[in-house]
Amino acid sequence: MRKTVIPFGPQHPVLPEPIHLKLTLVDERVVEAIPNLGYVHRGLERLADVRDFHQMIQVVERVCGICSMIHAHCYCMGIEELMAVEVPPRAQFLRVIWSEVHRIQSHLLWLGLFADSFGFESLFMQFWRIREKIMDISESTTGNRVIVSVNVIGGVRRDLSAEQTRWLLTELDWVEEQIQRLQTTMMEDYTVKKRTVGKGVLTAQQAYELGAVGPVARGSGLSQDTRQTSYAAYGELYFEPVVETEGDCYARSKVRFREALASVDLIRRALDKLPAGEVRAKVKSLKPPKGETVMRVEQPRGELLYYFKGSGEKNLDRLRIRTPTFANIPPLLAMLPGVYLSDVPVVTLSIDPCISCTER
Amino acid sequence: MQAVKRFINRMRSKSPWLLHFDCGSCNGCDIEILACLTPVYDVERFGIINVGNPFHADVLLVSGTVNHRNKKVLTNLHAQMPSPKLVVAIGACGLSGGIFREAYNVVGGIHKVLPVDVYVPGCPPKPEAIIDGVVLGLQKLQRLHEQPSVEKEA
Repeated sequence: MRKTVIPFGPQHPVLPEPIHLKLTLVDERVVEAIPNLGYVHRGLERLADVRDFHQMIQVVERVCGICSMIHAHCYCMGIEELMAVEVPPRAQFLRVIWSEVHRIQSHLLWLGLFADSFGFESLFMQFWRIREKIMDISESTTGNRVIVSVNVIGGVRRDLSAEQTRWLLTELDWVEEQIQRLQTTMMEDYTVKKRTVGKGVLTAQQAYELGAVGPVARGSGLSQDTRQTSYAAYGELYFEPVVETEGDCYARSKVRFREALASVDLIRRALDKLPAGEVRAKVKSLKPPKGETVMRVEQPRGELLYYFKGSGEKNLDRLRIRTPTFANIPPLLAMLPGVYLSDVPVVTLSIDPCISCTER
Repeated sequence: MQAVKRFINRMRSKSPWLLHFDCGSCNGCDIEILACLTPVYDVERFGIINVGNPFHADVLLVSGTVNHRNKKVLTNLHAQMPSPKLVVAIGACGLSGGIFREAYNVVGGIHKVLPVDVYVPGCPPKPEAIIDGVVLGLQKLQRLHEQPSVEKEA
């Protein structure tokens, strides 16, 4: 049979971001996929040369607009370790709350885009309708919808008042109820199952060998979540990773669906245990960061890793960011062979690609 | 012929179709553009549809900075769109390079590559601002229709 080469992307209706896959097909099945990256590379890591370590918070927030809070959280944790800053416990809890708000937002966004990728447009609209409530929560508690910019070195910029906490709890009830209402459609609908069950299977062995992270690894049965390392306040909150074993697109969407609900629970518990006190430690008199460190946190898409090297000057010597999508591209290339061309958008989206993270 | 032209021009400004291209942005602007299409803001009720095909589009929404790699993709997309066309640059990065302007792989704002009609500031701009930007652009398009000589030049 003759081979056909079909370009997928960089501008494609289901992809919000430019990624180019060169697909080699025999008949209608993919035999090989070669990724072609670099369309949104900005060279952001080297901005550390011109911005000082306080200003870099704003830069790392813009690595990715969908999980900006978590990027800034990771960066601040690393700098705080180098400068030996003690973050007040209330700030730790507030960081967890806003990180989880971001996780729900990101998962709802993905569930919507995923529904859109197999042509279920009304489900896309429903998920994004719920997501707008989360955006309201972001806006009223932090002041911004997308790039929340609450992290500073030594804590957070804003505090939650008692009134806001009460309001947040009622809003979360609404969000949880609305997400649960979509469970039947997302998880049990015939058409959804037809497009997702058994598509793009990744076995646990493959996931382990190829270094899959986040929901891709957890969908294949690997119980691996960086939040288990109990950074920030996760150690004080009861937390269990969400794991599914099938390893197909359906399992990955199930993981994200259940994680969104688990995050609602996490926020509730964090609000319940929220300690009183300061939200920001004083860091003005301290010396700039010196030494090396590595920081890991759990992004909605998986494990995020930051490497810092400071020499006691205002600018960091080196900042290295490894994002979850970068780790999930080899598993994607393992999923694609054998898949029909019409299923390629569904399988590609099932890893939740965030290209602006990957290419920075 | 004149009547057909008038009809097409009327329909173009009453139901503009959008093409969205992420040109090195951080996703912040992109998700706000998508949020415009969803139930809370719902621009589809005004006949605005997000299409994936540049041959069908009237308005090009570009978010983010231009870099050396996607410069060509962006100009290709713009060339494939039928005339008259609008270019709306979204976000601080699309205006000037924003926070990334000093990075080594950044060319700068969209205006370095394409003629931009409307600039929407903000990092990221709120969905209301994006809708306002597109409406301003459509008014410009309408003015172009009313002055046929200007349209020829454009």
